[in-house]
Amino acid sequence: MGAEGEVVQKLIPEFERRHPEVRVRIQQMPWTAAHEKLLTGFVGDATPDITQLGNTWVPEFQTLGALEPLGDLVRASKVIDSTDYFAGVWRTNVVDDTLYGVPWYVDTRLIYYRKDLLAAAGVTEPPRSWAAWREAMLKVQKAKKAKWGILLPTNEWGQVIALGLQKGAPLLSGGGRYGSFSDPKFAEAFHFYVSLYKDGIAPTVSSNEISNLFQEFEKGTFAMFISGPWQVGELRKRLPASMRDSWAAMPLPSPDGSNYPGASLAGGSSLSMFRASKHKKEAWALIEFLNEPEQQAKFAALTGDLPGRESAWKLAKLDADPQTRAFLTQLRNVEPTPKVPEWELIATRVFETVERVVRGRASEKDGLASLDADVGRILEKRRWLLAHR
Amino acid sequence: MAARPPLRYDADHTVEYEVVRHEPATAQTRAAMIFLAPAAGLISVFFLIPVLASLILSLTDFDIYAVASLGNARFVGAGNYIRLVHDPVFWKALVNTFYFALVGGPLTVAASLGAALLLSSKLVRWQGFFRTIYFAPFVTTLVAVAIVWKYLYHPQYGLLNFALGKIGVHPIDWLGDPHWAMPAIIVMSVWKNFGYNMLIFVAALQSVPQELYEAAELDGANAVKRFWHITVPMLGPALAFVGIVTMIGYFQLFSEPYVMTQGGPLRATTSVVLYMYEEGFRWWRMGFAASIAFVLFIIIAIATMIQRRFVKAEA
Repeated sequence: MGAEGEVVQKLIPEFERRHPEVRVRIQQMPWTAAHEKLLTGFVGDATPDITQLGNTWVPEFQTLGALEPLGDLVRASKVIDSTDYFAGVWRTNVVDDTLYGVPWYVDTRLIYYRKDLLAAAGVTEPPRSWAAWREAMLKVQKAKKAKWGILLPTNEWGQVIALGLQKGAPLLSGGGRYGSFSDPKFAEAFHFYVSLYKDGIAPTVSSNEISNLFQEFEKGTFAMFISGPWQVGELRKRLPASMRDSWAAMPLPSPDGSNYPGASLAGGSSLSMFRASKHKKEAWALIEFLNEPEQQAKFAALTGDLPGRESAWKLAKLDADPQTRAFLTQLRNVEPTPKVPEWELIATRVFETVERVVRGRASEKDGLASLDADVGRILEKRRWLLAHR
Repeated sequence: MAARPPLRYDADHTVEYEVVRHEPATAQTRAAMIFLAPAAGLISVFFLIPVLASLILSLTDFDIYAVASLGNARFVGAGNYIRLVHDPVFWKALVNTFYFALVGGPLTVAASLGAALLLSSKLVRWQGFFRTIYFAPFVTTLVAVAIVWKYLYHPQYGLLNFALGKIGVHPIDWLGDPHWAMPAIIVMSVWKNFGYNMLIFVAALQSVPQELYEAAELDGANAVKRFWHITVPMLGPALAFVGIVTMIGYFQLFSEPYVMTQGGPLRATTSVVLYMYEEGFRWWRMGFAASIAFVLFIIIAIATMIQRRFVKAEA
C-alpha cells in the first residue's frame, strides 16, 4: 500500500533467490482504496496470501473471519522474537488473546516543536508534565514568538484519545459493549484538551483549513503540532536548510510528570495472512523474511518508515538520530485503541464531541454523556452478536 | 390481446369487421413490445431490481458483520426509519440539504436567467465569447473548482477576504465558521452551475417572437413589465425544466462539501447524500444508508410534484 507497496519490490529478489520455488506477486494499491479493495476481495473470495494491514483494521478483518491465527507460527519461529518488538504495537495485533498479524513498521504520534521559538521564550527542556506543557505553550504565546501554542485540528481524534489513554481511561467498557467516555479518567483528559482551545492556546480549525502546514510551522503560526513519523522526512524536505535544527520532536508529556513519557497511540502496519490462502507455508516464509532485522532496516532506509523491532533500529542507526530518537522513546510507551471494528466510527464521534464543546454547543458533561449514548447505539449490533455467539 | 374472449358468431350480422378493426392494433402492440423490450429490460435490471433490493436492504441492519456472514443481518422492519426520525445528524443533514436546494436553486436559476438576458441584449458585443466564458465553469471538473475556491475562501490568504479587507470588512472564516460554510458552498455552486441553465434560457429567449415586445412597447409597457408579462410566460416550459433539473441536482448535494469541508464544521455542510455515503461506504452500515436513500427519493419525488403543480398553475 502506498509507498510501501512500491519499495517492498526491491526486497523480493533476495527472497526469491533464497526460495527458488516461490514466486511473489505484489499488488500495489493506494491507501485510500486499500480498505475497500481488501473487503471486496474477501466478499469475492479473491484475497491474497499475505497483506499489509493497517493495525487498526486487524479487529475488523478478524471479525470477518478473514485472518489466519499466527500465534503458533510465531512461537515456533526462529526469526520472529516477540520481545524484540514494541509491546504496545504488538498488542494491537492480538484480538481475544489470539495473534493475527506481525508488526512490520510502526508509527505513533508525538509533538513536533519549534526549538528556537521555545528557547526564545525561555523553555529549553521538553516539558514532562501536562502542566509544564501548557505553561510552555502559554509562554511562547506571551513572548509573541508564535500566534498559537499548538495546532490541534478539530477533525483529528488521536490527540485527545492519547491523553485519555495516559490517564488510564477505559474508553469502552464491558468488553467493548458500551462507551465509557464519561468515566472521570477520560473526563479529566477531555477537560484538559478542551481547555487548550478555550484558553486560546490552540485555534479552532480543522486540518481542511490549513493549506500548508509546513509554511505555517515555518512562519511560527503555531509552535507545536502533533503528528506521526512521516513528518520527519517532510520537515527536512520542506523547511529551508537554515531551519534544519530549529525544530525537534519530543515524546508526549505525562499527566503529572511521572512515568514519562506519557502513552501515545500504537499505530503502524502489520503483515497478516488470509485464512483462505493456499500457500500458507510459503506465505509465512515471506512474513519471516520481511521481519528479519536486516530486511526491516533496509526497508526503513528505503521508505523512512520506522521498523517494528528494536534490533532493526540499531542496524539502521535510527536510535542515534536525535530527530527520530524521540520516536524510540515514545514507542516504548504506546497503547492500542479499543479493538472493536466500530472503533474508527466511534473515534470520529469523539472529535465531533470535542468540537461541539469547544464551540459552546454543549457542556463537557453533556457532551460526554451524549457521546456515550451515541457509542452505546453504535455498539448495539456488537452486543447482540456477542450475546448470540 | 390473446386473452380477449373470442368474438361471438352472429348469424344475422357477420362481425368480421370487428376483427379487421382490431387486428392491426394487436400487431402494433406486439411491435411496440418488441421495441420497448431492450429499454424495459435494461430498466428492470439496472433500475427496478436494484431499487427493490435496496428497499429490502433498508428493512435490515446489513453491515460489516453481515458481510462476514449473512446470518448476522437482522430484519428490523421500519427500525432504520424510526432511527432516522430520532437521529439529530439526519435532521441536520436534511435542514442543510433544504437550505442548499431552496436558497441555491432559485439563486442559480436567477443568475442564469440574468446572464441569459444580458447575453441576448442587443447592446452586448462578443456574445459568443461571453457565452463560452460563462459556460466554462460548468464543464470544469468539480474537484478542481472546489480546490481553487478553497484558496479563494482561505481566511488569511484568500482573495475574497483580501478584497473584503479593502472595503473594511473583517476577515471571514468562510469554510471554518458553521454559519458561513453553507453560504460559501452555495455561492460556489451557483457560479459553477449557472452556465448550463443560461444556455437553455438563451435558446428559449431566441424563440420568443419579437413582435410581442414591439406590440407591448407600442402599448406603453416598460422594460420591467415586458419582462414579467412577455419573457417570463414565454419562458414557462424552459423555466419549469431548469427549475426541476436544478433542484433535483441540488437535493443530491455531495461533491462540494465532500471535497471542501468533509461535512464540517459542526456538520454545518453535511448533506443527506453525504451522510448516506458516510454511513454506507465509510462505515458499511448499508441497511441504514439504504433507508436514507429512500427518504431522499421520496423527498425529491414530492418536491418535483409540487414544482410541476406550481408551474402548471402559473401557466
